[in-house]
Amino acid sequence: MAERLKAVDVVTVGVGLTGAILGKELAATGLKVIGLERGPMRDTVPDFQSPAIHDELRYAVRKALTQDNVKEAMTFRNSTGQTALPMRRWQGFMPGNGLGGAAVHWNGLTWRFQPADFVYRTHLEGRYGKGFVDPDLTIQDWGVTYAELEPHYDRFEYLCGTSGKAGNIKGVVQAGGNPFEGPRSREYPTRPMKEPYYGALFRKGAESLGYHPFPSPASTLSEPYTNPEGLSLHQCVFCGFCERFACEHFAKASPQTVILPVALKNPDYELRTGCQVLRVNLDSTGKKATGVTYVDAAGREYEQPAELVLITAYSLNNVRMLLNSRIGRPYDPATGEGVVGRNYAFQTMSYASVFYDQDVVINPFMASGASGTVIDDLAGDNFDHKGLGFIGGAYISATMTGGRPIEFHPTPPGTPNWGLGWKQAVARHYNHTVVLTCHGSSHPMRGNCLDLDPTYKDAWGQPLLRMTFDFPQNDVRMSRYVTDKAVGVGRAMGGKIVAGAPRERPYDSTIYQTTHNTGGAIMGNDPTTSAVNRYLQSWDVPNVFVVGASAYPHNASYNPTGTVGALTYWALDAIKNRYLKAPGALVPR
Amino acid sequence: MSRLSRRDVVTATGAAAAAALAIAPPEAAAQQAPPAAQPTVYLFFNTDEVAFIEAALSRLIPADDKWPGALEAGVANFIDKELNGAWGAGERLYRSGPWQPGTPSQGYQLPFTPAELFRTALAAITKDLARAGTPFAKMSGEQQDAYLRSLETGAADLGGVPSDVFFAHLWDVTVEGFFSDPVYGGNRDMMAWKMIGFPGAYASYYELVDQHGLKLDRAPTSLAEDSHGHVHVQPAIPAGQR
Repeated sequence: MAERLKAVDVVTVGVGLTGAILGKELAATGLKVIGLERGPMRDTVPDFQSPAIHDELRYAVRKALTQDNVKEAMTFRNSTGQTALPMRRWQGFMPGNGLGGAAVHWNGLTWRFQPADFVYRTHLEGRYGKGFVDPDLTIQDWGVTYAELEPHYDRFEYLCGTSGKAGNIKGVVQAGGNPFEGPRSREYPTRPMKEPYYGALFRKGAESLGYHPFPSPASTLSEPYTNPEGLSLHQCVFCGFCERFACEHFAKASPQTVILPVALKNPDYELRTGCQVLRVNLDSTGKKATGVTYVDAAGREYEQPAELVLITAYSLNNVRMLLNSRIGRPYDPATGEGVVGRNYAFQTMSYASVFYDQDVVINPFMASGASGTVIDDLAGDNFDHKGLGFIGGAYISATMTGGRPIEFHPTPPGTPNWGLGWKQAVARHYNHTVVLTCHGSSHPMRGNCLDLDPTYKDAWGQPLLRMTFDFPQNDVRMSRYVTDKAVGVGRAMGGKIVAGAPRERPYDSTIYQTTHNTGGAIMGNDPTTSAVNRYLQSWDVPNVFVVGASAYPHNASYNPTGTVGALTYWALDAIKNRYLKAPGALVPR
Repeated sequence: MSRLSRRDVVTATGAAAAAALAIAPPEAAAQQAPPAAQPTVYLFFNTDEVAFIEAALSRLIPADDKWPGALEAGVANFIDKELNGAWGAGERLYRSGPWQPGTPSQGYQLPFTPAELFRTALAAITKDLARAGTPFAKMSGEQQDAYLRSLETGAADLGGVPSDVFFAHLWDVTVEGFFSDPVYGGNRDMMAWKMIGFPGAYASYYELVDQHGLKLDRAPTSLAEDSHGHVHVQPAIPAGQR
């Protein structure tokens, strides 16, 4: 029998990026807030320090900062006709675990989505006509516009101290920035990072082809910075142990560096780590949450009553929490009806490797997770898609992120898989290769979805989440097109051999691409096609908000964290200024 | 934490300094030769298994006239410690049934932990080659390569482990041992890092990152390195657990 605890105003399920921001802000209004984090307490000091933190085997290969799938895994299949099986190791992506969540081991790439992304169907039908989009793709408008989100993007970037160069300030295109981006209200908080050699080679090649290179937007900071919370970050030293690792230098924005210390000073905020939330509890009507039930690290079960429940876990776990709590109608891919689990999307990644002569010394280890140079010319709807047979696109970048050799030892096509030929090719090419990334959009389609697995359970006896996913043909065509352009850039960069590898079906859960899992609890203006309204409030249980990339109706050509931050502040604004004044549905059903 | 901790490093440094003091004035300590490679103490592998693993490593990443190979780099020791430690026991591996074969895109679906998988497959290989007459270690290099290729591409049943699954595990852990920090017992003298020009575990490149094309000529740095540049490799460190 669960022990019933003293009621509070707000509980957050998860204390990563979204839970830390919402917890801090709502406690500041005088509400009693409890942050429940399933993983351990951890902080820059003492947990992320040298020498132990620079251990490629432990962190990057054995994935010490990821969700422990001995306890909590998920199952996967490519299509609904197959039997889903557990992903017994994390290989395809890496959900975070512990205080700060995946925003501890992220790269720091901090992008905004395009204005067109938020009105996606309307935009594409307006530009290309009604029959243009493949009917298999279940894209839709988001219910929020770029203009509405802009102040919240701005606030998030200034929280992180993001380094970059604006390309468009209030409609005026800025030299040196991204000319395709939506208008910003002001410049980035800190100047761009230094350009590594791989970035400079890419810049020259891309410019020679008429593209528009600019510095990658990075929350690994170019210079010391104090954010509006009064917290200071240091300058990134390009140590090369960034994504998959925690930053020892206070140079990468994470909940620990940019917001949590403020929350933890407030007596109205309480953090409880090692607490696995099993479900959100509902009253007898099923339309009001009464709190959550969780199990602590010692196995004791508690009921924590709360007036407002904020589901702020990783996107996939947000969806699982809704399903295990029976909030919202589960999506059925056979009929296309239901909402929870709908429009799961990912990212369509591909690469082009540019092999140089030995007199070109790249030094790929001089890197942050976000340092480098990018073109946005072929992302999203920045180019004319008439006659191409697909929608969407990819940014192309030279962002090498560390050159750590277990993960990174590029060899040209035709190299043996092992043996002397392999070894000599690795020795020959390691320091003389630039790998270009094509970071592609991912579109939802009817058969791609999330639901509860009928067979496999977690350590607490609850069903695992089941993922059904394959790349839509649209996205495969996009990947071939953009990868071919990246090969062209590689040739213009002076590569002696340039090898492109577009993404092909089937999606393989054993090959890492990104940890950019989106959708499943999507936002929108129609409760028959979205799980949450435009303020990320559950249509079915109005005192539950579901915050994160789970709200994306599709995934754009960009890293999702910037938009997660913007949506968090957007939802916060609605909770603080509207919901708390008159609790209830912010949008009538 | 059973990895070499900071305190162990400090202790080891202190011991090395004390030893140096006993035989030479302090200023000579910097020139002291690194300690000789310690003999490998196998904690997991039995004699037959060692014979196969050592011979296979010398074909998977062979020595050449410029650089040592996986065997010389201590990768057999690395694999032994990995299998004997948390990774071998199934750390971060979802282990609940039911067990069903899947598609390649669904990944590993066997009930074996890595330790069980190696033990099972290696026993089957030993038996198979005993029947054929020549143990792996006694084959010529060409024969060994052909046998490894048959494991890699074939789907022979090694006591329930498909041979390509075993080969993939062996190859992954070989690359890990070759390139991981020497604190785990492979990559001896950071030879694999020297071969490719990777400068190691920690550094600040802020002042160097915009010196494009710079040829770094300093020796790499290991997690286990002391103030004399000595790397303390301990064959008995169980790797990868906390």
